[in-house]
Amino acid sequence: MLTDDPQYFSLLRAAHTAMRYAFGARTQGNDLSDGAKSRLDWNYRSDFCDELIGPRGGPRAAARPLWRYLKGLGREELLERRDACEVAALVAGITFRVYHDEGSADRAMPFDLIPRVIPLTEWRQVSEGLVQRVTALNLFIDDLYGEQKIIRDGVFPAEILAGSANFREQCVGITPRYGVWAHICGSDLVRDADGTLYVLEDNLRVPSGVSYMLENRQVMKKVLGGDIQPVDDYPARLYDMLASLSPRPADYPTVVVLTPGMFNSAYFEHAWLAQQMGVELVEGRDLVVLDDDCVYMRTIHGLRQVDVIYRRIDDAFLDPEVFREDSMLGVRGLMRAWKAGHVGLANAPGAGVADDKVVYSYVPEIIRYYLDQDPMVPNVPTWRCSIKSELDHVLANIEQLVVKPANESGGYGMLIGPHASRKEREEFKRLIKADPRNYIAQPTLAISTCPTLSGGQIAPRHVDLRPFILSSDQHYVTMGGLTRVAMRAGSLVVNSSQGGGSKDTWIVDVDGAGQG
Amino acid sequence: MLSRVAENLYWYGRYLERAEDLGRMINVNGHLMLDLPRSMAPGWAPLVRITGSQALFDELYDTPGERQVVRFLLADTRHPGSVLSCLHQARENLRAARDLLPREVWEQTNDLYLLAQDQLAGNLSKRRRQDFIDLMIRRCQQLIGMLADIMSHDYAWDFILLGRYHERADMTTRILDVRSAHLLRGVDESQPFDQLQWMSVLKSLTAYQMYRRHVRLRVAGPDVLRFLLGNPLFPRSVVFCLGAMAERLEELPDHETTLVAVARIKRLLDQADADALVEGGLSAFVDHLQLELIAVGDLMRQTWFEAKPDA
Repeated sequence: MLTDDPQYFSLLRAAHTAMRYAFGARTQGNDLSDGAKSRLDWNYRSDFCDELIGPRGGPRAAARPLWRYLKGLGREELLERRDACEVAALVAGITFRVYHDEGSADRAMPFDLIPRVIPLTEWRQVSEGLVQRVTALNLFIDDLYGEQKIIRDGVFPAEILAGSANFREQCVGITPRYGVWAHICGSDLVRDADGTLYVLEDNLRVPSGVSYMLENRQVMKKVLGGDIQPVDDYPARLYDMLASLSPRPADYPTVVVLTPGMFNSAYFEHAWLAQQMGVELVEGRDLVVLDDDCVYMRTIHGLRQVDVIYRRIDDAFLDPEVFREDSMLGVRGLMRAWKAGHVGLANAPGAGVADDKVVYSYVPEIIRYYLDQDPMVPNVPTWRCSIKSELDHVLANIEQLVVKPANESGGYGMLIGPHASRKEREEFKRLIKADPRNYIAQPTLAISTCPTLSGGQIAPRHVDLRPFILSSDQHYVTMGGLTRVAMRAGSLVVNSSQGGGSKDTWIVDVDGAGQG
Repeated sequence: MLSRVAENLYWYGRYLERAEDLGRMINVNGHLMLDLPRSMAPGWAPLVRITGSQALFDELYDTPGERQVVRFLLADTRHPGSVLSCLHQARENLRAARDLLPREVWEQTNDLYLLAQDQLAGNLSKRRRQDFIDLMIRRCQQLIGMLADIMSHDYAWDFILLGRYHERADMTTRILDVRSAHLLRGVDESQPFDQLQWMSVLKSLTAYQMYRRHVRLRVAGPDVLRFLLGNPLFPRSVVFCLGAMAERLEELPDHETTLVAVARIKRLLDQADADALVEGGLSAFVDHLQLELIAVGDLMRQTWFEAKPDA
């Protein structure tokens, strides 16, 4: 169950040096040299709700076997395994691209050895809530591009839609199969001080990170283990979902992954998913739309018709005929083919209209409106600066709030009130007043922490969680998701582009719920 | 297989071969400069002519001295045909196709480029230059051996090999053309230096030892041409390269027209009269061969790399 072969680790250590040379990748290094004999302080304390450790200092029920095991390893052993993880990650090629002045390089995503643990019973409820949420969001998108009943009924304001940067005129009147627009959704969850998991945002365009989730588990299996629910059926589920979108009734539809190319920061994931699903990884220039409005890929056997495209290119670059004319990444005529029903596209163009942060604040109403149900996973309370009374509240209390622009992702362009300087807060007030529609504010959450190896000690670091939800004629939610961790003390920024790392996420059947 | 990926693999094969061939050429030229009396020594300028990069060289350097030519051909990143540029191109072409090949192949190719980048930085002493080239050639050979032994001999393999032999056939004709230019017409083979010079042509192609085994002790112009153009057993002869290409082509879909074009070049070689070529006309003949080789490249592009709607 647990890998305890000392030879395995010494081999990995040797490989470590070699890999560093081969990939030119930066790693955390080996801090065994600085006082290898010193002991780990197991009196771990977090000032926040902690994922593994309860309020009285003992491990939570689901984390108990893990914590006991970690304690038994001792510091040196623990750090060796941390290094072994990094090597395994490098060897597996779990990298993302970083750009700097001298060009670009593949860098290993920082990975933390200590997993985050969630009890299966809790996860089942969260999964159900996520399916409820994505179902409602898809009905909402379908309605916006159709009759717009929700606007006529006065539940969702027309002016919010009018100001949406991600609403695509070109999609009006289209009904994709099953009425589903967001086939792959990555929702970010955080746990607040009261222990509740909240949805922080939904990513309905081209959410990434699922490959890290799966590869993290592969790496983890080599160094730690436990009674964990498996996650590795995702590629097969993804393939089935994509195949269900095929316009041609065939046993083996031709599915492809469309990537912007190898210079994209998520290229590793695109290539990885294509490989896992056994489908071609294509670029825009590999595809052509002919006069019959069908999509073909150029192969050494001539042109082959493509049935379903899992596109990892933003809407704006998808088809120069309809969207940005200067796009070199897309496929001329793709929208024509999609509208004609000759090709399946996931996610559908225009799905991003619902992952706007202002739209986010309406999700509870959206769920009630379409499903007549109460939301099972709550939203973070959100003030909309588009509404006068809420705008006044935001301006008056900005030092306690987190302010976010509506259409940015990746943690860019936001203000964390309590951590910002007076000057930064004044600057944001000015920005908000100039364009209130573009801003929302939320209370600063006391986001939960998870024990994390840092500088040779175990320290609390903030984490979030990105599960992935697949939708077509049926739904699938990953078992857990990608836990992202802010590697710096006190930091809340978990994005890989800004120095965040990741952890394996264990869904543990603590009370035998899985047996029933 | 995607056309783009097939093209990437073809160029991977070509760039790897080009780097290796360039390395051999620079090493051999170094030896020649030591073997021949100063008055007969070829100097370093022919290397620039062989690689067809005279204009760029003149733009970047004043004199075709050893230091300049070697830097230009080995380490100059401004020259797309330098060894370093070729290894970089090989790596970038492979990057898009890396999932089709065993993981070690990508790691080795990547490593080879990083090694070259590292070793070619700064001043290059003769000794360091030679050590690097020897190592580089060994690593290229290792890569090809690895491919032959651990990857399936599928389409990916076919395209890599097509690139490799296409490049080699091209390089062999170029070397023949430039190296023999001043040897032709009215040569007296009893002259020891003429012999030496024909030997140098063989050596430029690492063909001397095999020639001696296959032909006879004395090195004569027509025999050298016959060997380098038409020996079916020596893997750097033009005919051997064409045969190897034909074998790979037969594995590919829709190969007829390209295969016919390759057969046409083979026929040209079969019909060539080496004695007459030495007397004059080699240059025109080589030009003809090169045009035919380019035509084969065009056919490959039309057939596999740029699928058309009516294909």
